[in-house]
Amino acid sequence: MLITFLVGALIIVSEFIPHKPFNNLSTSLEGWFLIISGFAIILGQLSLFKVNIIKIHRKAPNWPYFIIALVSFSVMVICGILWGTQQQPGLIPVSDKMLNFFGVKPFDYIFKYLFENLSATMFSLLAFFMASASYRAFRARSPESTLLLIAAVLVMLGRTTIGSTLTGWIPESLGFLHLPNIASFIMKYPNTAGQRAIMICAGLGVIGSSLRIILGIERSYLGGK
Amino acid sequence: MKIFEKFLNIDRRIIFLLILLGVAIPLIWTLGFNLEVTENVQSVYTMLEKIEPGTRILISFDYDPSTKPEIQPMALALMQQAFTLRLRIIATALWPMGVQMCNEAFEKVSAEYPNIEYGVDFINLGYKSGGMVTINHMAKDFRSTFPADAGGNPIDEFPIMKGIKNFDKIGCVISLSAGDPGLKQWVMIVHDTFGKPVAGGTTAVQAPTMLPYVNEQQQLVGLLGGLKGAAEYELLINKPGFATKGMDAQSVAHLIIILFILIGNIGYFATRKQKDNLKA
Amino acid sequence: MKKFFFCFFISFMFIFYIQLVAQDISFTAQDNPNDDGGAILLEWNIPLSYPEMIISRSIDRENYIEIAAVSPLLKTFIDDENIEDGQEYFYKLSVLNLEGETIESFSASALAKAEWFNTDKISLLIMTILLGSSITYFIFSARKGKRLYIRKISGLDTIEEAVGRATEMGKPLLFVPGIMDLDDMQTIAGLNILGHLAEKVAQYDSTIHVPVCRSMVLSTAKEIVKEAYLRAGRPDAFKPDSVFYLTDDQFGYVAGVDGIILREKPAATFYLGAFYAESLILAETGFESGAIQIAGTAMPTQIPFFVAACDYTLIGEELFAASAYLSNEPNQLGSLKGQDVGKAIIIITLLVGVVLEMFGIHFLKDFLATH
Repeated sequence: MLITFLVGALIIVSEFIPHKPFNNLSTSLEGWFLIISGFAIILGQLSLFKVNIIKIHRKAPNWPYFIIALVSFSVMVICGILWGTQQQPGLIPVSDKMLNFFGVKPFDYIFKYLFENLSATMFSLLAFFMASASYRAFRARSPESTLLLIAAVLVMLGRTTIGSTLTGWIPESLGFLHLPNIASFIMKYPNTAGQRAIMICAGLGVIGSSLRIILGIERSYLGGK
Repeated sequence: MKIFEKFLNIDRRIIFLLILLGVAIPLIWTLGFNLEVTENVQSVYTMLEKIEPGTRILISFDYDPSTKPEIQPMALALMQQAFTLRLRIIATALWPMGVQMCNEAFEKVSAEYPNIEYGVDFINLGYKSGGMVTINHMAKDFRSTFPADAGGNPIDEFPIMKGIKNFDKIGCVISLSAGDPGLKQWVMIVHDTFGKPVAGGTTAVQAPTMLPYVNEQQQLVGLLGGLKGAAEYELLINKPGFATKGMDAQSVAHLIIILFILIGNIGYFATRKQKDNLKA
Repeated sequence: MKKFFFCFFISFMFIFYIQLVAQDISFTAQDNPNDDGGAILLEWNIPLSYPEMIISRSIDRENYIEIAAVSPLLKTFIDDENIEDGQEYFYKLSVLNLEGETIESFSASALAKAEWFNTDKISLLIMTILLGSSITYFIFSARKGKRLYIRKISGLDTIEEAVGRATEMGKPLLFVPGIMDLDDMQTIAGLNILGHLAEKVAQYDSTIHVPVCRSMVLSTAKEIVKEAYLRAGRPDAFKPDSVFYLTDDQFGYVAGVDGIILREKPAATFYLGAFYAESLILAETGFESGAIQIAGTAMPTQIPFFVAACDYTLIGEELFAASAYLSNEPNQLGSLKGQDVGKAIIIITLLVGVVLEMFGIHFLKDFLATH
């Protein structure tokens, strides 16, 4: 708690004093954080192994999945260490046969053709989930939710070619009635205002929480009450 | 009245299936809906149109493959317009994978413009870490920030880099950005500190956070937001591409979502009326 | 002919000189203000008609080294390459014509030094003092026993109900502290709530799963849950493997958490921390499993997704207030009241700023602007 107080107070002071030794304080502390988290990665990997091995050993429900997780992890690590990556050389050189077969180093091959596509698949799930969440959430239960519903439909239409097709016939003099322009207006003004309000309040929340932590009032993160 | 209750609880697998079809079919068969160009996109187009032929512009590829479907069409359209206007492009990247994105885009566009020569009309300077610090350093000493291109060849070998010492001889900066570091940092340094025009393209989710910069002070001259921004740009340069095709898919998907919202609300009002009647 | 050219040259130079004088040409060098030394600020006022200018530097007024080529448009240049504090540097600004020949040069000199206070940040200091003192004042007045009203936050009141439901159903609870590291305040706010939640879990003899995506968060979360079990008087019930690491990768982590939700079917899921594109994927999977869902984040772009898919959402500041709200300690509640005063100060400043700007008075805007 004393360390937290001292470091927190020093960081606040260093914000206003550009002179040595305060000038590089926050950069140095960020550097320390990166070094510590670099070592902490080992803890994470150990935890991953431990939890999965225990589940496999106990034959927990769906235990074959945990074998797949461990095998995938090990294959990536072994490929990375043995043959390296595009930028980093590995322990042993990549043979021509291997290079002809994969086109790139094994790690890069798995990364490009497996990992990237799996990530993209997870990301594209959003399209489906957005549809089902919108269907459930946008109900005109109250005046506020009705307003939200109307705004959502206008933005959704305005952001597509259908919006342009629907209102394209309206003369230029009434351009403000074009759906794309209405959508732009909603995004530019009410939406930006709302976002800024949330950000200002969240900023205040951060200040409040930080002060509680620096003054030792908030101790939950240390395991205290 | 059971049908209205069903409207309230449609199995989400039906929604998923319709979304899948709604996205897949327009990608195979183009529907060709009308598209209107919005002011923010038009401003970017006009900015490039006003730049004198032969001027060098900087395009920064600050994104990676996960946002490629949204941002890569913008890169292609901007490069096509620039080469048509005989502008010369200096490409950089604040994201490591941006280098590959740039190479892919140039490969595709240069096939349409056989007279374009690497090193004369275009150069890829590669990736530099550091975000804002890097941009700041470029403003002071461009050549020491990027002493060589992405292939490791010294920039002095390329005519396009002749006389480039900072942003002075660069007509404008365009950042195609999927997050930090990206467009915001370019605005803060290149426009706010050095007064050069900056424009950009972002993902649709990120666009609202950048819109406040398109203001009277023209911190951002214009902004291409998501796939729609890219499609509008393709329309402006009269070269419909992936974004235009993708817009059909996006439009149909939006329409399906609106349809389900409508069905849900019909079900909600019908069942509420029923419940009110029962209470009465 | 020679005479003609001579006269022409002389008159050209004269006109050029008059033009230079008439435009109040200046070139100055001074220590770059409000920095940690090692930089000199060069400023000039030169006609825009010149194509290029060269800045050279010397330490003995004799051997000048070219340091930058600048345009008259720029007006300023900060030289921060290899500058030593206390050493006097001499600068020469050479104005070039289209052929690259020097037609005029100006000189200036300066010393660099580090400042003890950044005057650009006076507005920030005033705001920090105002907010800090209002928060501290309310903390102390709450300590003295002053009763403070805090509005109800439904999402937090549901925690006990969710734990009770999990115990009845014999199902676990799932806590996701976001995908950012400990240097993000939202992660710390989420972990603070985890402490309270884990205590309830220990009291009700329920189980909790905490998959994390950062190793630093792993050690902290483990310690928090362990201490919570200790506080509840049930240290033996603590399972170290209930807090575990999945991966640092965003979508790999999502896939892992989604798998846990679908296999374990938790009775309640908590998403409290910093989230990006994964928010809706997690929340929709949680919805499908039928869990009570409580989310909280300060990421403006993700809040709508949580609102749409979760039962309760803590919006922005509510996430940071949660720990104080749950602890119900006067000390912590006082800080919330102080935040409200801060909010009032900001609203008044905004209103005054808008009115002043409408009347063309830019003092407040300039004073508050960050440099």
